[in-house]
Amino acid sequence: MRRFVALPLAALALSGCTVPSFGAHQGATTESSSVYHLWQGFSIGAVVIGGFVVVLFVYAIIRFRRKSDNIPRQAQYHLPAEVLYTVVPILVVFGLFAATLVVENKEVADPKTNVTVDVNAFQWGWKFTYPGTETVVIGQTTQDPTMEIPVNTNIHINLTSTDVIHGFYVKAFNFSRYALPGVLNQFTLDAVKTGNFYGQCTQLCGLYHSLMFFNVKVVTMSQYSAWLAKTANPAAFAAAAKTTKQQTSTQVPTKPASSHGAN
Amino acid sequence: MTDLITPQVAHADDGHHQEEHHGATGILKWMTSTDHKVIGLSYTVTSVVMLIIGGLFAEIIRAQLASPNGTIVSLAQYNELFTMHGSVMIYLFAGPFAFGGLANIIVPMQIGAPDMAFPRLNALSYWLYLMGSLTMLMGFFTAGGAANFGWVAYAPLSNSINTPGAGADLWIGGLLLTGFSAIFTGVNLTATIFYLRAPGMTMFRMPIFTWNMLVTAILILLAFPVLTAGLIMLYCDRHFGTHIYSVAGGGVPVLWQHIFWFWGHPEVYILALPFFGIATEIIAVFSKKPVFGYKSMVFATLTIGALSLGVWAHHMFTTGVVLLPFFSIMSLLIAVPTGIKIFNWIGTMWRGELWFSTAMLMALGFLFTFLIGGLTGVYLASPPLDFFTHDTYFVVAHFHSIVMALVLAGMGGLYYWGPKFTGYMLNEKFGKIQFWFLFIGTQVFTFPQYLLGLDGMPRRIPIYPHSPQWKSLNDWSTFGAILVGVSMIVFVVNVGYSWKRYPAGDNPWDAQTLEWFTTSPPPHHNFYRLPQIRSERPTWDYNHPEHRSLAHGAGGTGTHHEPPLANAIVGMLEHDQDHDA
Repeated sequence: MRRFVALPLAALALSGCTVPSFGAHQGATTESSSVYHLWQGFSIGAVVIGGFVVVLFVYAIIRFRRKSDNIPRQAQYHLPAEVLYTVVPILVVFGLFAATLVVENKEVADPKTNVTVDVNAFQWGWKFTYPGTETVVIGQTTQDPTMEIPVNTNIHINLTSTDVIHGFYVKAFNFSRYALPGVLNQFTLDAVKTGNFYGQCTQLCGLYHSLMFFNVKVVTMSQYSAWLAKTANPAAFAAAAKTTKQQTSTQVPTKPASSHGAN
Repeated sequence: MTDLITPQVAHADDGHHQEEHHGATGILKWMTSTDHKVIGLSYTVTSVVMLIIGGLFAEIIRAQLASPNGTIVSLAQYNELFTMHGSVMIYLFAGPFAFGGLANIIVPMQIGAPDMAFPRLNALSYWLYLMGSLTMLMGFFTAGGAANFGWVAYAPLSNSINTPGAGADLWIGGLLLTGFSAIFTGVNLTATIFYLRAPGMTMFRMPIFTWNMLVTAILILLAFPVLTAGLIMLYCDRHFGTHIYSVAGGGVPVLWQHIFWFWGHPEVYILALPFFGIATEIIAVFSKKPVFGYKSMVFATLTIGALSLGVWAHHMFTTGVVLLPFFSIMSLLIAVPTGIKIFNWIGTMWRGELWFSTAMLMALGFLFTFLIGGLTGVYLASPPLDFFTHDTYFVVAHFHSIVMALVLAGMGGLYYWGPKFTGYMLNEKFGKIQFWFLFIGTQVFTFPQYLLGLDGMPRRIPIYPHSPQWKSLNDWSTFGAILVGVSMIVFVVNVGYSWKRYPAGDNPWDAQTLEWFTTSPPPHHNFYRLPQIRSERPTWDYNHPEHRSLAHGAGGTGTHHEPPLANAIVGMLEHDQDHDA
């Protein structure tokens, strides 16, 4: 039964090309496109069910407005109707859940990747380190650092935070993930369009939260290799690693007294 | 029909006179009162003041966002404002208004009780709530300003290094105090509903509002102690050198989120269920019909309560450290009982005689706004769609649809029950003006926020210099917020204008439940006499003996048939209850 309902919905969710966008966008990655289709599927459900309820609601308001002081028939139960509006939503919910699982499994899959970027968030900026190379990009508040990645390639992101929780969010990827202190968050993205995409911290992280911007620049593989060669800077790479350590150590209250002192 | 019973509560009136002989008058009488109606009214007034304070914060926030580089407040002040806006609205308005205010006044009357089970504990609850509220707001008068880490206070942002200062400590202290006040009210409501029901008032004859308050109270007892423990640990991290939420000391920051949302998601229903109950009562009375699907309504409430304890991590999908499918399906399933409620409300209206009083308009406004908030909530239960919209204005819009629906229902509750506990009606003309400002304002301020969220605007930002295209939608949202603000002014004017102007009478709405059987305002211990209680609407049965509820398929006569399936399910419970009575 579950399969029976789930499959058409999933098919609809994954193939809705001529379906309206419902305010969302296709995005720039393969994952964002799946999310977009899931969005369309959910929206169709919402519009159909919501529309049905609104029609009943408006009809009741117009049709049953008070016309006399008569007391209407005091009907209280209608078992078939009650069973119907319990069972149908359960089926719809399992359909939505099945479609969700399809997209979710795609998103959390960990395919083989050639390019890895270590993304480190801190108050208040971003650091993009390219392991295996000597390139590092750091930018604070108004500097808007740019993470450059090649197109049509699976990019493995290692997301960490130096201090508080930040949110790595790129609108064009239809995706966000927390950068958590003490946790390594990993995900894969595969950009299918070149261009400049804008990103921003979405999780409140203190005073300059609203200025934690960054850019993602998707380029061709050859441009990407050229960029890596051009920006390789062993000294900065080593220094960046050191700064991270210092930032971490200032975060550690060495003695309980230090936290009293802060107040 | 003359089947009145004159129970022991009539004698309680003597007790009332003894109690009044302390000689206290004026403010001292108010301060020492243990009458649930006095305490409930204090709660109601205080929480409406909190609504106005929180609303003022919201208006400043919206004014700031009217420009991409707004300079009305500083970045630091903005963080304080949205933190305190959320905290005041959730901790100090919505909960206390419902379970401290209206429930406190109405539940004992709906079940025919003379007072709450523990009147002094009830008074303690109120004073803890008032002191907690003042404590939290006092943060504004400290050197560092009020708490500024958001109403969720995520660790490690809320530790003493990232957020030093007394404002954050006052926030924790205030929340501890109001948390205890909620726990005590939960104890009180549960005990009252289980032990103080009048003869004949079985569990399945309790009005839906009382049912919802019972489930709310149980959720409070399950959820609030967890928050209290979490807050104490947060305080220890800040001041006593523990490292429960800090990575440096081997702690786990995400633990705070688990604890917070283990309280926080039941809290969503602790806030919502009372207002569902208010809307249910209003829609039935102003449709001149019994609550449609009474028993499925009760089961829906119980199901929501049970599911709400297993969905907390849907607030944490983007942490990457929770089991996505489990929390996704549990969250999606909540749509089912919620949908049952919506269809039952429409079923109640079906073939009724709808009277569009202000209370009814507010309840219908609630239904529509809640439908929008509910449908957009389904999206957020799906992890991929949550990754897409988390921490954007889409989420802000979603929960503002929900909470504004609750505000509509709450206002409906004041128009509906206000005459009962004050003895005076509110002006209907002002009421309808208020409704249209509130209803239209709500839609105008939330709808652009959905679009802003889909366009990538994060929450909790005071400026958006890189995205000036968000200005026009923000302006619409600000305009809507102003309309909502105007509606509150109309409400305050209405209260002033109607003050002791329109005497209500005992039952101005031809309402159905027991509280409408007594005088308005009720005597000290609520009832001099009670009607026979043979259904969930004894006052209606007494006034309209020839129009009792009909089961499906029953003829036009007054015989009361239960549908076989529902009857089989509840039969055992009913049976036991009748024996107890």
